[in-house]
Amino acid sequence: MPAKRITVIVNGEPHAASVEPRLTLVDFLRDVLDLTGTHVGCEHGVCGACSVLFDDLPIRSCLMFAVQADGHRVSTVEGLTEPGGGLSLIQDCFWETHSLQCGYCTPGMLIAAHALLRRNPDPSRQEIRKAISGNLCRCTGYGQIVEAIELAADRLNQRTPSPERDGHDR
Amino acid sequence: MTDKYRFLGRPRRTKEDRRFIAGSGRYVADIRLPGMAHIALVASPHASARIVSIDTGAALAVDGVRAVLTGAELQQATASMQHGVHLPEILWYPLAAGVVRYAGEWVAAVVADDRYIAEDAAELVAVAYEPLPAVVDPEEAFASTGRLVHPKHGSNVLFHRNFIWGPVEADFAAAAHSLDFRARWGRSSTVPIETFGAVACWDSGDDILDVWASVQMPKYADQIADALRLQGNQVRVHFDVDVGGSYGVKRGLKHAILVGYLARKLGRPVRLIEDRLENMSGGDAHGPDRIFDVSVAFDADGTVRSMKMRALDDCGAYPGRAPLQLGKPVGSIVGPYRIGSVAYEAISVCTNKTAQVAVRGFGQAPTTFAIETAIDRVAGYLGLDRVEVRRRNFIRADQFPYTIPSGTEYDSGDYHAVMRKLTDLANYPALLERRDQIRKAGKLAGVGIAAAMEPGGGNAAFEPLFNPRNDTTLWPESCTVKVDRQGAITALIVTSSAGQGHQTLAATVIGETLGFDPVGIRVIHSDSLSSLPGNSPVASRMAIMLGGAAQKAAEIIRDRAIRIAAHNLGRDPSGVIYADGAVAVTDDPSKRLSWEQIVRICHRQYHLMPPGMEPGLQASYTLQVPKGGAMPGEDGRVQMYPCFSFEAHMALVEIDPGTGKVEIPEYYVAHDCGTVINPLIVRGMMLGGIAHGIGAALYEKFEYDETGQHLSGTFMDYLLPSSLEIPMVKIAEHCTPSPLTSHGQKGAGESGYPGSPAAVASAVNDALAPIGRRVDALPIRLGYLAGMLRTASGAAP
Ligand code: FES
Ligand code: FES
Repeated sequence: MPAKRITVIVNGEPHAASVEPRLTLVDFLRDVLDLTGTHVGCEHGVCGACSVLFDDLPIRSCLMFAVQADGHRVSTVEGLTEPGGGLSLIQDCFWETHSLQCGYCTPGMLIAAHALLRRNPDPSRQEIRKAISGNLCRCTGYGQIVEAIELAADRLNQRTPSPERDGHDR
Repeated sequence: MTDKYRFLGRPRRTKEDRRFIAGSGRYVADIRLPGMAHIALVASPHASARIVSIDTGAALAVDGVRAVLTGAELQQATASMQHGVHLPEILWYPLAAGVVRYAGEWVAAVVADDRYIAEDAAELVAVAYEPLPAVVDPEEAFASTGRLVHPKHGSNVLFHRNFIWGPVEADFAAAAHSLDFRARWGRSSTVPIETFGAVACWDSGDDILDVWASVQMPKYADQIADALRLQGNQVRVHFDVDVGGSYGVKRGLKHAILVGYLARKLGRPVRLIEDRLENMSGGDAHGPDRIFDVSVAFDADGTVRSMKMRALDDCGAYPGRAPLQLGKPVGSIVGPYRIGSVAYEAISVCTNKTAQVAVRGFGQAPTTFAIETAIDRVAGYLGLDRVEVRRRNFIRADQFPYTIPSGTEYDSGDYHAVMRKLTDLANYPALLERRDQIRKAGKLAGVGIAAAMEPGGGNAAFEPLFNPRNDTTLWPESCTVKVDRQGAITALIVTSSAGQGHQTLAATVIGETLGFDPVGIRVIHSDSLSSLPGNSPVASRMAIMLGGAAQKAAEIIRDRAIRIAAHNLGRDPSGVIYADGAVAVTDDPSKRLSWEQIVRICHRQYHLMPPGMEPGLQASYTLQVPKGGAMPGEDGRVQMYPCFSFEAHMALVEIDPGTGKVEIPEYYVAHDCGTVINPLIVRGMMLGGIAHGIGAALYEKFEYDETGQHLSGTFMDYLLPSSLEIPMVKIAEHCTPSPLTSHGQKGAGESGYPGSPAAVASAVNDALAPIGRRVDALPIRLGYLAGMLRTASGAAP
């Protein structure tokens, strides 16, 4: 298939490349740009491991071709960290509450959480569960992920996190 | 606990999480080697068929295709993979030759310059099949000698043994009541979000095969070497690969054999990353699929005297270690109860289905589901409260160590205390009232209860128990601790990790022992050649085994520091005291050697070392499983695993009477895994295990039709629970330390999963009780419940 020349703005930087029209966006990110933070779990649009922001909205990069991203903005997990490698607020909250185990779903989960907090900086628990329901995690049972997003919302809204947040009865 | 330790037992941030959060984890699919070629697989569309011919010509003609490998060539060049039980006539290779034995079995591997080309060419491989009748039903497989999955083996039965522990018949005769039932555990698995992958590179200069894989498997390198007919030290498996979830199943031996063979043959690195369909249908990663027939004998007060259990497991087409998953539950065959005698009939059969592999708990969750169903039924029969019946049967705290009829001694526990914490946490009477309120509003509602054991430590005593030719009684784990010239501490561990936090575990234990902040301690995953003996993170064993080995190695370092300082301070080692790296004279703390001084002596100042002491500052320790080491007795009595964690679950469910949809608004668990090393990690394990168990109870199933077609190859058919299905769980921790381990810790890696399927099933059945229905087959799916509720609607409340 004849290659097509595209330019995609990834994490703020324009990247030009010649790609086959059938190359998926996730393979473009991983294999052409070497941004391996975005993962592949199913390649049929269910697991959400491949989630990235496409013009600021979370999408599944396994269901899209790279050529469709020509001229658009894409952000990946690598783009969440601050220049110099500092963690963003949501990333730091994931670490603090141990919202992950194997880390495979985590980049997609962070994208979903980041997108949620951007459109709704103070989500309810049910809104959080809904916002991450398109991202499967097999390790955590989601509890500590919900806690991380609640903690991030507390911090965004400069609230003292509730001590009962972790649900422990010690 | 928190007072006794500085680092241990505190909710400290883990060492691993940061790299995953930053997107810089290194998984197998992230490994890029120059010239690396990619595999796409050609899979059988039939459950059972003869392969008439394979035409690879069109595929080979595609630009960029490097090879098409078929089973005929591979089976010539490699040795059969081994099984957990003795089955010399059942040969097992990565690619089928002659016949295919399940839908999805791999028939050919296409290797190309990129995956897109490989996939294109795989579609051009023309395989002609002559379909044969398939063996699908496990009972039929057991009974029939007509249709055989492996004709040379002469039967579909892979393992069959009757165990009798104690006076079963006499106990049944003496008991006031008995009841029996059948329970069904559906075919599901752990299904990590990352599929299996392996990359291999043959170095002809050094005559060595390097393998990177998404693996969690004991003796992986040895098994690859055996199959490829290489010497053990010609295979190097790199354990510094992050594994994207496993929970038992990431054991791709056939994948490694395939890439290893092709890498050597083609002289370039080769990788195989399963796609989701290849993983679900051809990855040989299904879990137990079991029919239980259970009888229990009990008295009028609910005391269960004896149990008979027949477990028939459908292994699929190749046995592997699957039959052994009937063996591990022997070590806790009575659960937490004082059941005095047991008859256990374990039967493993093969059928034309995808093969099984070890799944979280190695058969524990299905067995617990059967035992807990029995206890619920006893309570129902006698009209007693389900919590009360459990209390009446629990082993009492004053009875530990307690030996169960099958010979295993439970180390410690206080089941009554844990149950009390659970009923307090859930406010049991109020929970029952909430259930009744929901019922009054016209919905079905139920409260579920389950109590479950989590054996930990893993001595694999099921191997000699189920295979008399196997005399393995050693199941070690190792750790090396080194102090460099600047005094920084590095530990080497023997295994890859799949999210269990082994780096955090080792650093915490070493930091606690030596008095250094774990943050500064580096923990390296070594490779199979540079490491000491280890058996990978199976069997809820790493807190016990890696924790224990790390502790011992760190103690050796501490003792060395003490001896060096004592020598230089002119004291006997008993006259000095170690704290945070420095050693001071006990009765004159102003006389001391700092850590820097001790390190300097070890690395530079031989003249200041005690005579005869080994230079440098490093130590290794290889730990055998506590109480491991004995072969099973004639009667099959055996010490299976050393440490016994305990958990009690309580769930409230609501069922929509119209749609059959089950919701779990409330979920509680009380848990005792002894001393907790990192509560954030233990909590995550518990929550993840519960979620997995909810999946097994309500959603997840590898479905087959009557011709043996696999119907669940995608995430649209195999339903993993999302955040909307999983409740926010409340946990109460209890601590009964194990007397057998370095800090009193027990296993936690499989927690949640042993008990949650039973708890959810118990809740659903409590909800169905008012309409006189019951279901003892998992998963209890929406469609099934909807059908049941429709037919029962006349009787609905
Ligand atoms: S990989 Fe894209 S949704 Fe699963
Ligand atoms: S952390 Fe492993 S899948 Fe989510």
